[in-house]
Amino acid sequence: MEEILNLFQGFAVALQPFNIMVMILGIVLGVVIGVLPGLGGANGVAILLPLTFSMPPTSAIIMLSCIYWGALFGGAITSVLFNIPGEPWSVATTFDGYPMAQQGKAGEALTAAFTSSFVGAFFAVVMITLVAPLVASLALKFGPAEKFAVYFLAFCSFVGLSKEPPFKTIAAMMIGFALAAVGLDSVTGSLRLTFGFTELLNGFDFLIAVIGLFGIGEILLTMEEGLAFRGGKAKINLSVVIQTWKELPRYWMTSLRSCIIGCWMGITPAGATPASFMSYGIAKRMSRNGKNFGKGEIEGVIAPETAAHAAGTAALLPMLSLGVPGSPTAAVLLGGLLIWGLQPGPMLFVEQKDFVWGLIASMYLGNLVGLIVVLTCVPVFAAILRIPFSIIAPLILVLCAIGAYSVHNSTFDVAMMLVFGVIGYGLKKTGYPLAPLVLAIVLGDKAEEAFRQSLLGSQGSLGIFFSNGLVSTIMILGLIALFWSVIQEGYSRLRTRAATA
Amino acid sequence: MKRTVLHYTFGAAVAASLGGFATAASAAWEPTRPVEFIIPAGTGGGADQMARTIQGIVTKHSLMKQPMVVINKSGGAGGEGFLDVKSSANNPHKIIITLSNLFTTPLATGIPFNWKDLTPVAMLALDEFVLWVNAEKPYKTVKEYIAAVKAAPPGSIKMGGTGSKQEDQIITVAMEKATGTKFTYIPYKGGGEVAVQLVGNHVDSTVNNPIEAVAQWRGGKVRPLCVFDSKQMSYDEQVFEGKGWKDIPTCKSEGLDIEYLMLRGIFMSPKATKDQVDYYVELFKKVRETPEWKEFMKTGAFNTTFLVGPEYAKWVETEEKRHEALMKEADFLAKSN
Amino acid sequence: MTTNSSSNAGPSHKTVEAGVTTVIGLFGALVVYGSVKAGTGWGAEGPRAGFFPFYIGLFIVGSSLVNLWNLFREDEGNLFAEWIQLRQVLSVVIPTTIYVAAMPFIGLYVASFIFIAWFMRWLGKYNWPTVLAVSIGMPLVTYFLFERYFLVPLPKGPIENLIGL
Repeated sequence: MEEILNLFQGFAVALQPFNIMVMILGIVLGVVIGVLPGLGGANGVAILLPLTFSMPPTSAIIMLSCIYWGALFGGAITSVLFNIPGEPWSVATTFDGYPMAQQGKAGEALTAAFTSSFVGAFFAVVMITLVAPLVASLALKFGPAEKFAVYFLAFCSFVGLSKEPPFKTIAAMMIGFALAAVGLDSVTGSLRLTFGFTELLNGFDFLIAVIGLFGIGEILLTMEEGLAFRGGKAKINLSVVIQTWKELPRYWMTSLRSCIIGCWMGITPAGATPASFMSYGIAKRMSRNGKNFGKGEIEGVIAPETAAHAAGTAALLPMLSLGVPGSPTAAVLLGGLLIWGLQPGPMLFVEQKDFVWGLIASMYLGNLVGLIVVLTCVPVFAAILRIPFSIIAPLILVLCAIGAYSVHNSTFDVAMMLVFGVIGYGLKKTGYPLAPLVLAIVLGDKAEEAFRQSLLGSQGSLGIFFSNGLVSTIMILGLIALFWSVIQEGYSRLRTRAATA
Repeated sequence: MKRTVLHYTFGAAVAASLGGFATAASAAWEPTRPVEFIIPAGTGGGADQMARTIQGIVTKHSLMKQPMVVINKSGGAGGEGFLDVKSSANNPHKIIITLSNLFTTPLATGIPFNWKDLTPVAMLALDEFVLWVNAEKPYKTVKEYIAAVKAAPPGSIKMGGTGSKQEDQIITVAMEKATGTKFTYIPYKGGGEVAVQLVGNHVDSTVNNPIEAVAQWRGGKVRPLCVFDSKQMSYDEQVFEGKGWKDIPTCKSEGLDIEYLMLRGIFMSPKATKDQVDYYVELFKKVRETPEWKEFMKTGAFNTTFLVGPEYAKWVETEEKRHEALMKEADFLAKSN
Repeated sequence: MTTNSSSNAGPSHKTVEAGVTTVIGLFGALVVYGSVKAGTGWGAEGPRAGFFPFYIGLFIVGSSLVNLWNLFREDEGNLFAEWIQLRQVLSVVIPTTIYVAAMPFIGLYVASFIFIAWFMRWLGKYNWPTVLAVSIGMPLVTYFLFERYFLVPLPKGPIENLIGL
């Protein structure tokens, strides 16, 4: 009961006019950050952190968390409109969001993305409100072996999806793994595959690869077909929001499943990016329209967005209760809390109740305000597609360059982006799937790190991946996901045999 | 309902007044463009926290006329950041915060960099290292713990730490040498993650910095055994069960003769003039006077030694030799290929 | 705007794909070579740095060989793209390459101005006022948004230094 009271007090604080203003400002800034590729949530929040020092502390934390929500919302916009994911977790959104935009359904795709974001985040906040301490202890159970199992599961639930020839899929995925391996090997601390080039110390940043492969590659493909931009017939009035909303309840099962995947991945803390891929993969298998995924299926937008945002929100829980950020952005928020003398950790919920509940209240309101802000802007975003291609193309290219540059402040990265663009064009034209490649870049080094940490701990024994109930369950789920199509085929064959018999 | 609900929780740090810092420093040189503050480590780590705190202090108290821009360049265990500053000779608008990877990264990876490529500005503080175990474990002292490590099969006791061939692993190897034991060292990405792995019993001990593990200690999840310093820490604020930082014995007094402190210092781009260095020295002197900085030092139980000029350079040089010796002994040096 | 050109000449899909596959295979070989240098064994502390990349490289080489094999069993198929289409693509790739290459020297702002102006004038055939409005406006907005507001420094050249930005 006391918690509820605290929550309401938090609401009262958050609802002051000044704080509502701060909230809207934070959301708008966050959306801008999310839209600009390269200036991801973590960088964005870090950059804007000093801005909040001159505010009263309550408003400051509200503003920061709203920037966080805004960035989460914003990532979807460029994914849908230009096939450029502003954030790593928006990659899966491009798979169906961009085809929808090309069919003139940008408004629908954006509405679905924003609404799903809201649903996912809301679900996670409710979970934080109700079961925070209980769930936090779950995160402690995750050592390297469990983490590897989660990455394995994320991988398995995604691969085997594409219709491309299997060896092309393997080649594409392995290229991703190889690119992820370049740079410093975090387990032995030595360099590999850099061939003496100090520019390669960093390895290949995921964002640069994605901006190139997806963004630039797409522009080149469009150029081939002349200067026509196919999204031009997007509807640009608010009624599209209402129409899409009427459709959404049909996909409640996908939403719920994605919420659960997201919360779980956020807490573990594997993060929002694997959550979005995994949710997309599972939705594709479960959905009746699974065959249409990748061609502009609204469910393919709902699944990754819901999961990404549930994960993004749930990631705040281990940060508050354990002091371990579930995402880079959460890491920067954590730094912000420390500057105000707040020490996240097991005692925060006991010692700083008012603060915690105030923050949770601002999550509820920030999300709601965010949804309203971005939804009213849907027509504006959709209208961007009406700008002629020969104006928007150079602007996108310049934005991509800025984005690639600002990831590491290096012009070498900009050149890499262009190289990736040409590679993306070549691969796409010759039938190599890009999604497994990208997934491998994101998860490759993390999975390898967790795998090797586990082996260090077990002194080389692979048995560690089946050493307790938790890790075995996840591994087995992963194996099931990997062989799902075989299992399904076997099952249907059994059924037909039974039917004929 | 008034704003007070949240207000008082934020404590004195923010409520503290801006103080009377006149910006009229008499230095002959002043930045004419935004100053880039490079962090050779990822977002959320110890160096990152310190740099962002400094940025916050500088912004809030208007200590600089130009903005300070914080940039993370963590690639290649910080090598990316060091090489960036190295290549920015004659650009006085670039400073870098350093930690032990100033020595360890070039030694372990063989990248073409040495701290002498940069211009030393000031040592801001030294970060302590503390030996931690899970609070559920029976060991109350270093002796009990070492005895338990010796009794266990070699390599079955796991030490968690940040990064590979860096400070945490150097201390681990030093402990092995000092006690004749064998740990399995498991590297993680960040100090916070290491602390949680200890709480979750995925590793048996860690050598976290105070700021990385303080939250878990306050929650009674981990237990400090000793501090790797020549004297006990001076902060007497109670943290858990009536104990504070100053109650942690030194490792030496417990029979583990190892000392290790980590540099938290500032360097700037090569070929900086004396005026330029002086400007930043003055700036950091002012930062050190602010209540926020003092609060930050207290939370992280930092050793607040402040050095500038030749003393600083000399300190760094001694440390470099020591790291080279330590890493050579541990066989961490890059193989020339 | 010349999409419906009647010329149907162009490189065959098979040739290009063979090229792409070969490049991928070579990339795999490079990965194998780099991994061998980093050490591919299973050391005292578990797999060494090059252990995984080594097998990844082998996989890339292997699957490329299979892909090549499959390719040569296929019939001579359709065109990869018409020459005219490729020219369209190159008309973006080449200027963008110049743009990226020039950036470290003349700075992002000036390079962007020239690039946008060129693109709009050459490919879009817009009149000069529109061209100038967009090509000057975009760098200006970028400057205020990134440099001033978000404090992200972007590459600058001699002109910016001259006016003291």
